[in-house]
Amino acid sequence: MIRPLSLMLGVPALVFGLQGPSGDEILRKVDQNMFSEQRILLSHMVIHGRRETRTVESKSWQRGTSESFTEFLAPARERGTKMLKLKDMLWEYSPSTDRTIMISGHMLRQSVMGSDLSYEDMMEDPHLPNLYSATLASPDVINGRNCWILELKAKKEDIAYDHRQIWVDKERYVILRENLYATSGKLLKTIDVREVMHVQERWLAKSVLYRDVFKDGEGTEFHIDSMTLDAEIPEYLFSKAALRR
Amino acid sequence: MISFLFKGLLRDRSRSVFPLLIVLSGVVLTVFLQSWLDGSVSSLIQSTAHYTTGHVRVMTRAYAREAAQIPNDLALLGIDTLLTELKHSYPDFFWTPRIKFGGLLDIPDEKGETRAQSPVSGLAVDLLSADSPEWNILNIRKAVAQGRVPRTHGEMMIGEDLARKLRLQPGDTATLIGSTMYGSMSITNFVIVGTVRFGIVAMDKATVIADLSDIQQALDIQQGAGEILGISADDLYHEERANAVTADFNARHTHSQGDTSSAFSPVMGTLRTESGMSDYLDLVDLFSAVIIGVFVAAMSVVLWNAGLTGSLRRYGEIGIRLAVGEDKRHIYLSLLAESLMIGFIGSAAGTLIGLAVAYYGQMKGFDIGSVLKESTMMFPSVVRSRITPLTFVIGFLPGLLATFLGTAISGIGIYKRQTSTLFKELEI
Repeated sequence: MIRPLSLMLGVPALVFGLQGPSGDEILRKVDQNMFSEQRILLSHMVIHGRRETRTVESKSWQRGTSESFTEFLAPARERGTKMLKLKDMLWEYSPSTDRTIMISGHMLRQSVMGSDLSYEDMMEDPHLPNLYSATLASPDVINGRNCWILELKAKKEDIAYDHRQIWVDKERYVILRENLYATSGKLLKTIDVREVMHVQERWLAKSVLYRDVFKDGEGTEFHIDSMTLDAEIPEYLFSKAALRR
Repeated sequence: MISFLFKGLLRDRSRSVFPLLIVLSGVVLTVFLQSWLDGSVSSLIQSTAHYTTGHVRVMTRAYAREAAQIPNDLALLGIDTLLTELKHSYPDFFWTPRIKFGGLLDIPDEKGETRAQSPVSGLAVDLLSADSPEWNILNIRKAVAQGRVPRTHGEMMIGEDLARKLRLQPGDTATLIGSTMYGSMSITNFVIVGTVRFGIVAMDKATVIADLSDIQQALDIQQGAGEILGISADDLYHEERANAVTADFNARHTHSQGDTSSAFSPVMGTLRTESGMSDYLDLVDLFSAVIIGVFVAAMSVVLWNAGLTGSLRRYGEIGIRLAVGEDKRHIYLSLLAESLMIGFIGSAAGTLIGLAVAYYGQMKGFDIGSVLKESTMMFPSVVRSRITPLTFVIGFLPGLLATFLGTAISGIGIYKRQTSTLFKELEI
């Protein structure tokens, strides 16, 4: 009696399992939704520190996933500071000293402008399917949106976060929440998407709260003020010479 | 009588030279060991006070909780008012604000690219005021190995060993890469105007020193400091006074629970609590007492034994003296008087020689730098002994008493000898 019952319960699950997308398929769709070849972003970060909250404004030019150029616009102290990412290298230019410093080694673990984001986060390949294999976990609902929870496990060893848990909107294929873990299983960071936007047939995060769980404070809000996809970006911008212009 | 006994000691070298040498060497060692241990602990306390905690230290409550991590985002702000209060309320201390910071020192080549880089631990103190107490506390002018001290903004000094490692000369430019109070990356150029050698290996290998206002600007800590150090005017740590000042200051700056400003209100701590050396200092005191105690006891036993041996060796002599009718009490007292003379001369000479060695150690010091090559402890590479009132008596009294006691106990045997058996004992 037990065997037929378990078979009856198991068949629909098997059928749905065969019909529904796999974790890796969902991850690929998320990736397709997120990326455009070239884009220009105007954004601001609201950094809730232990003592005060400050806002940092910046403009970024991104080409593919491996090249980006960012110029900080405010506050006055940070104005003119520029960052250039070319593949796996990152430089920061300080206008007050006219020095370009390569960010490497342990410096990559430092916070960007005091936010909950590290340089290492900026250097990571944003194509998740390149770094992680995904398995589908239980469904969930976030802010009224039906989501899949995917468990991502790193394919390589030298990755900042060995394990991620992501909540993907079932219709829009946009990530609405992320928990990032160390190899030990310890939670390192959380990411909560507060607002999404529809740009050129894509759903993208517009307002995000990053929290480094080891930092006091209420996290860092990242707001995209404007975004131009597939924009024309001059070639010279992705060179070290552009930092001193 | 005393001069008669003294002549006897001088003429019979076996009664004087050997016991005297034992007393002398024991006392010299005791005096030197006590001054060395005391000097080592004092050196550690002084260097900790000067370079790390002061005799008392003021920080924000939040900074104090994480002081080991140097959390400059929790620094004291608006320190002018606080400094005025401290100077007015506790004039028997020098008050000096400091910022400790960590970072990378990046040395550019002629094209501005990184030629060399090294992690550094930085110290920002008031270097541009002529009356800054730091000139004496850190003894900066004496510590200059090459070049000069900073005279204007944008100048920096670095440890001599660090300069050698980075191949830096006075006049070269270096970029300090650090983190601002708000966590942003801070990149600031400095001109290296001099190198310093503090004699503390950990500092000479990695320290950079700049003016407080320059680092306030670089790390965006306007009108702020990580900590304010208080050093007592006589440069000695007086624990009772430090505790009293700390209790008084903290009572004035107590905030109620739940007050959000309380995390950034100032709090004071003493060297003992701030250095994390409280248990260590207690242990050092205990071990010093144990070491000195064991050493003095061992020396006493040796001297006592010497007294015993002397009396036994003189078994025959005492028998003859008894046989010719000398009073037992007189013999006993004469032996005691002799032992007192030996003990006094040996202890006095031993104390003098020990004091001379200790004085040399106090003035010149003993270089233990080669032992501390890889050390990251804030321990001076030249350790000095220290003469205290205890040094004058620590060897003298045991030297005197042990010989006396040794003779007193062995001399009791005189009273046990019977005149009737003397001839048999003396085999006459």
